[in-house]
Amino acid sequence: MNNNLKLLIFFLITLFLFSPASAADISLHGFFQGNYASDISSSNPSGGDFKWAGERVQLKLEASKDPFRLFLKPDAFYDHIDRKTELELREGYIDYTASTWDIRAGRQILTWGLGDLIFINDVFPKDYEAFFSGRPLEYLKKGVDGVKIGAYPGFASIELVAIQFFEPNNFPDSKRFWMFDPMPFITDREKKEPAVNLKNTEVAIRAYREIAGFDASLYFYRGFFRQPSMMSDNPIMPAKLTLFYPKLFVYGTSLQGRALDGGVLSLEAGYYDSREDRSGANPMIPNSQTRVLIGHQRQIWEDFTIGLQYYGEYMHDYSAYVKNLPSGFPKEKRLHDLASVRLTQFLIHQTLRLSFFSFWSPSDSDYLLNPEIKYNFSDHVWAAIGGNIFGGGEERNQFGQLDKNDNVYLQVRYEF
Amino acid sequence: MKRSLIIVVSIMVSLAIVGSSFAATPDEIMKKSQAAFLYQGKDFKSRVMMKLVSKGGQERIREMTMLRKNYGLPGGEQKYFIYFFQPADVKDMTFMVYKYPGKDADRWLFIPAISMVRRIAAKDKYSSFVGSDFTYEDVSGRNLEDDNHSIAKEEKYNGKDCFVVKSTPKAADMEYRYKLSWIEKTGFLPLKEEYYDKRGEIYKVFTADELKDVKGFPTITKRTMKNLQSSHMTEVTYLKVDYNIGIEDSLFSERFLKQPPKKWIE
Repeated sequence: MNNNLKLLIFFLITLFLFSPASAADISLHGFFQGNYASDISSSNPSGGDFKWAGERVQLKLEASKDPFRLFLKPDAFYDHIDRKTELELREGYIDYTASTWDIRAGRQILTWGLGDLIFINDVFPKDYEAFFSGRPLEYLKKGVDGVKIGAYPGFASIELVAIQFFEPNNFPDSKRFWMFDPMPFITDREKKEPAVNLKNTEVAIRAYREIAGFDASLYFYRGFFRQPSMMSDNPIMPAKLTLFYPKLFVYGTSLQGRALDGGVLSLEAGYYDSREDRSGANPMIPNSQTRVLIGHQRQIWEDFTIGLQYYGEYMHDYSAYVKNLPSGFPKEKRLHDLASVRLTQFLIHQTLRLSFFSFWSPSDSDYLLNPEIKYNFSDHVWAAIGGNIFGGGEERNQFGQLDKNDNVYLQVRYEF
Repeated sequence: MKRSLIIVVSIMVSLAIVGSSFAATPDEIMKKSQAAFLYQGKDFKSRVMMKLVSKGGQERIREMTMLRKNYGLPGGEQKYFIYFFQPADVKDMTFMVYKYPGKDADRWLFIPAISMVRRIAAKDKYSSFVGSDFTYEDVSGRNLEDDNHSIAKEEKYNGKDCFVVKSTPKAADMEYRYKLSWIEKTGFLPLKEEYYDKRGEIYKVFTADELKDVKGFPTITKRTMKNLQSSHMTEVTYLKVDYNIGIEDSLFSERFLKQPPKKWIE
């Protein structure tokens, strides 16, 4: 974390907890957690047999005194694989709430859009390694260091987010996960994140309101792809690769409401404007794309729901991409699509949850299966056992490349 | 002359008798009961403690603040806002319902760990409320036109004169075949309900265990739903009940679902 931000948070805590006039409402909650994921098809590239093994404690400290609220969510954990103890501030922010607007400053988790594990207008950082290693779902989301301003003028609600410190997505670690690498022979690699300056401040805007019983949103994002692109120092005889994050604008919209059968219908779309490859001629930078999602969720019988999604990514300058693709590089399809199914059954007064989630790609024929059983032993203790099974397609596809990473996981938590 | 007087008197007497017991039709009784039970005041707030007790005696607690606002007449639209204190794994979750007469409600859930608001698909009729023995319909009411109502009998329950109304669902897909409701004649609150399954056997019983007067509104502050087949039961206590507190329309929005105002949830 940036030092200024640390200082600010420290200052705010001091202000809150020790100011004589404060008498702030303070609450402390959190959990102890054990989380382990074991390989079931083959050992890790580095030799180990665990994708994840660790214990952690999370604290949720909240102090509020109208119109201010301070929230801190630090995690302390021990990682058995890398044998290290670490501290991580998952969230840490201060809220100020006025009648028609509010502001949240600091590290915060943001979730936009309607997809279930599919993100179009949720342009905020994700941790895919966490998801593929059987960690609880909340660890898929990473906080951003920035400011969110909410304005509620009546005709619509508006959220404006400014992110000063770029945070890339976290992808599986090559020591723990088998993955496709188009240039495995080049080991000299440098990661180059956007410089922290005013010009590179990411801006995300969402405006939303109800229209004819539907929740309607418009989105705009100006920032960067969070998945790195690769640039070589020499196209003929590359010796070094630079991983960088190309500029990106996203324009999007979403609609959600009750379907005719009493279920919930979700529609979302976004235009991904790849600012550094507007002609589509640079095969190393993503082509501009249109992304669409249609989802339907429905209760079939008591405590059983089914969720279906279809998602497509369509490349806009495909012929330019194909023309410029160096020989030997795998060619992406113009349309990459995914279908997903989620089944959830609660039993025993909603203390036992059986769930099944799967992705399957019609364009690439690869898949991900995620069955899970979760049981709440008491109001404080729960445990979940599940699996992540990957396969199909080819070794360069999204899930196909993870074929050798099948794992079963255990999550146990004591919450207080 | 004498005979015609007798006839006139007996007609008047029988009219009076008929008039007294049928002053209210079963539909009217249920309508009044719905208004007294679920639509009192312009708005309503309570801290709700639910104790789920399993057959073996294991207890689970669901603690929440429930806010409700009426839009229109009894039986009309309502909005609910619920904030969870307990158990720990759902702390700070909020839940919002727009309830409409005659069609399924709109519901939104806020999950604080990932700061996500999402609509959820659920059918009132079959859905248990937070795993308890109460369904959504038991909490926020059932559309009266979905049942045929008739007066089965009139009797005293716990010393109070009650109508016993039999409500039979018109649709065949309900869990129960019919329900008997003991509705007190003065305040029209349901004091007891018995649910009968497809075989005509009683399997679920609701009882109003404590009544209090809050701002002139008779309110059931303790209630129990017991499942006789599974021996699971749920006891609900309404604490800090209040009416007509001026809940703003804006509370029922995504903004406050994400940041529930302290003044309303405490």
